[in-house]
Amino acid sequence: MADCFDEMRGANGEIRPAYAGLDAWLRDLEPDILEQRRQEAELLFRRIGITFAVYGEADSTERLIPFDVIPRILGAAEWDLLRRGLTQRVKAINLYLKDIYGRREILKAGLIPEDLVFQNQVFRPEMNAQKVPHDVYVHIAGIDIVRVDAKTFYVLEDNARTPSGVSYMLENREIMMRLFPDLFSRYRVAPVENYPDELLATLKSVAPDTAAADPTVVLLTPGIYNSAYFEHSFLADKLGIELVEGRDLLVKGGVVYMRTTEGPKRVDVIYRRVDDDFLDPLAFRPDSTLGVPGLMSAYQAGQVTLANAVGTGIADDKAIYSYMPEILRFYLGEEPILQNVPTWRCRDPDDLAYVLDHLPELVVKEVHGSGGYGMLVGPMADKGRIAAFRTRIEADPKNYIAQPTLALSTCPTWVERGVAPRHIDLRPFVLTGRDAVRIVPGGLTRVALQRGSLVVNSSQGGGTKDTWVLDT
Amino acid sequence: MRIRVSHQTAYRYDTPASRVIQILRMTPRPHDGQHIVRWRIDVSADCRLTTQEDAFGNITHAFSDDLPTDHLEMLVEGEVDTQDTGGVVRGTIERFPPSLYLRETALTRADPPIRDFARAVADTAADGPLPLLHALVQAVHAEVLFDTDPTHPATTASEAFSLRRGVCQDLSHIFIAAARSLGIPSRYIGGYFWRSDGVTAQDAGHAWVESFVPDLGWVAFDPTHAMCATDAHVRVATGLDYLGAAPVRGTRFGGAGESLAVTVHVEQAAQQVQS
Repeated sequence: MADCFDEMRGANGEIRPAYAGLDAWLRDLEPDILEQRRQEAELLFRRIGITFAVYGEADSTERLIPFDVIPRILGAAEWDLLRRGLTQRVKAINLYLKDIYGRREILKAGLIPEDLVFQNQVFRPEMNAQKVPHDVYVHIAGIDIVRVDAKTFYVLEDNARTPSGVSYMLENREIMMRLFPDLFSRYRVAPVENYPDELLATLKSVAPDTAAADPTVVLLTPGIYNSAYFEHSFLADKLGIELVEGRDLLVKGGVVYMRTTEGPKRVDVIYRRVDDDFLDPLAFRPDSTLGVPGLMSAYQAGQVTLANAVGTGIADDKAIYSYMPEILRFYLGEEPILQNVPTWRCRDPDDLAYVLDHLPELVVKEVHGSGGYGMLVGPMADKGRIAAFRTRIEADPKNYIAQPTLALSTCPTWVERGVAPRHIDLRPFVLTGRDAVRIVPGGLTRVALQRGSLVVNSSQGGGTKDTWVLDT
Repeated sequence: MRIRVSHQTAYRYDTPASRVIQILRMTPRPHDGQHIVRWRIDVSADCRLTTQEDAFGNITHAFSDDLPTDHLEMLVEGEVDTQDTGGVVRGTIERFPPSLYLRETALTRADPPIRDFARAVADTAADGPLPLLHALVQAVHAEVLFDTDPTHPATTASEAFSLRRGVCQDLSHIFIAAARSLGIPSRYIGGYFWRSDGVTAQDAGHAWVESFVPDLGWVAFDPTHAMCATDAHVRVATGLDYLGAAPVRGTRFGGAGESLAVTVHVEQAAQQVQS
């Protein structure tokens, strides 16, 4: 880990300016305070009820995501770079989706292989030639960013379907302000608590033309058994909109209504946290009980806006990811401000040969996996696991991509024996409306709590930190 | 040939359904081998039919009925002029390149037994996709027994193939799964079939397959009858599988004890002499 860039100490051990105040504060601190505060934070989180379910565990009960009391800090210049890069990337993603479901110029230009799109389950034929209000497909994106040195931020993943985690961003800040008011007095930290207002403004801005002057927005959740249900109810509450399940909505005469005690009420915008497959049993999986029968008909008729649009998976699919630099250049005629992680596509024979020769040093990902499942971290894997993965890759090369094992930056983190560096990433949330792209400064910083671990997913034992963007 | 179709669907509910919503794919479009003379849809519910076009160019009609009802009837009726084109289907609406029709769906997944079956057919067939498809249509017909008992609309190709039994839908799914596993784009077709034996009353519509052959285009194969589609076939809807071309997709709220009666009549229309 000696080779890693540390957010506080850089590569050479010198405290970086943004962390000077934190460093001084940490040194002044009574020894037991951090552990006390950590316990207080845990108590607060339990009281609020922030939990999530881990899939694939035998005892799949809800548990707390560990919260680390030491913030991650970004200077104003660093954030400016990220903000510009994120805005550029999400603009390109929206233009790409409009094209892929429209004229398909990028396929005609031969920049992306046709089969990667058309044979991809996340490409939705139903969206072909479908107009979406103001050409916005991805209203809410959660772009995962990692850092490898002082100047280089890589985009690790574009989450363009139903990204979650923003409730932790908001809660972490609230808890930090309660626990460490003195620390906030040393810094000018950009606020994040306006996120719900920005989100609501974004959603209202993309209401269909048929909507009333003040459109009705609802949040559609799969229900209490979903791992992110807490976030759904939390956001609905913060936005002041109704939290609904599929059975609370109905489609009549091509219009979507919400059942209320005063009779049906027209719905204009649905912030849906239900996956495409489950949205409408008449259009997608017929066995879905989570969706709204007829919703796609209403959507196709332009009577309701879905945020995000249907079929955005064809933008954040891991098979498409490696083409993002070309996508940015094609639609914007600009060089990407934020780089992709160098990626080998196992569908390409040369890349495949390289990957199979270098498995112990690479990270291999399933094209259609998520949440850190179905992934090989070469340097951490034993011979048996590498051999097993080799067999899987050889059987179905198309389904895998590989990347170098990145030396993710570290950040001081409170662990059992004191403060120690742990690897982190960052998920900023990018909002795109009719009028503007909005990004609340910061995002969700995830931290791999195991020493040396590079997997920050909460489903794999990761924790979170408050993320500070400094005003100056 | 001029074919007259009448397709009646009747739902009965023991306790009234409070709400019904349905999407119909029951309206044929013309192509080079098919001219629609007249066609109409009647629904018993007092509601508006909303006409749209789906991703694959099928005409859809959506309707919902909010009044509690213990019955719902639909009548589809019309006449179509057909020509035998040797199975070659031209003049259809194409929204996607053929490669889209290599996508796997839940109903058409090629499991190892279907892959092996497809490979074995390919190994013995003459070179080229067309002879291969002709061999495949014969092989599916010979391998899978037509039997209305063991399968239902949600039966997958894999399940039907392990039973070696099924209806036209199942035979079509097996053909599609096998053809796609060999890299041949294939799609599901829903429609009607005129029987030359004089029997006009049928329990359901018919289903077959179109596969894409380079330099020739889409060619229609009917595994139930081990032949290419002819002027006996009326093409109504297309999709990646049954679900994409289903004549009716719908849900109801309440309405326990549903019973469904379907009557299909396909007959040759009497030629009228124009004077």
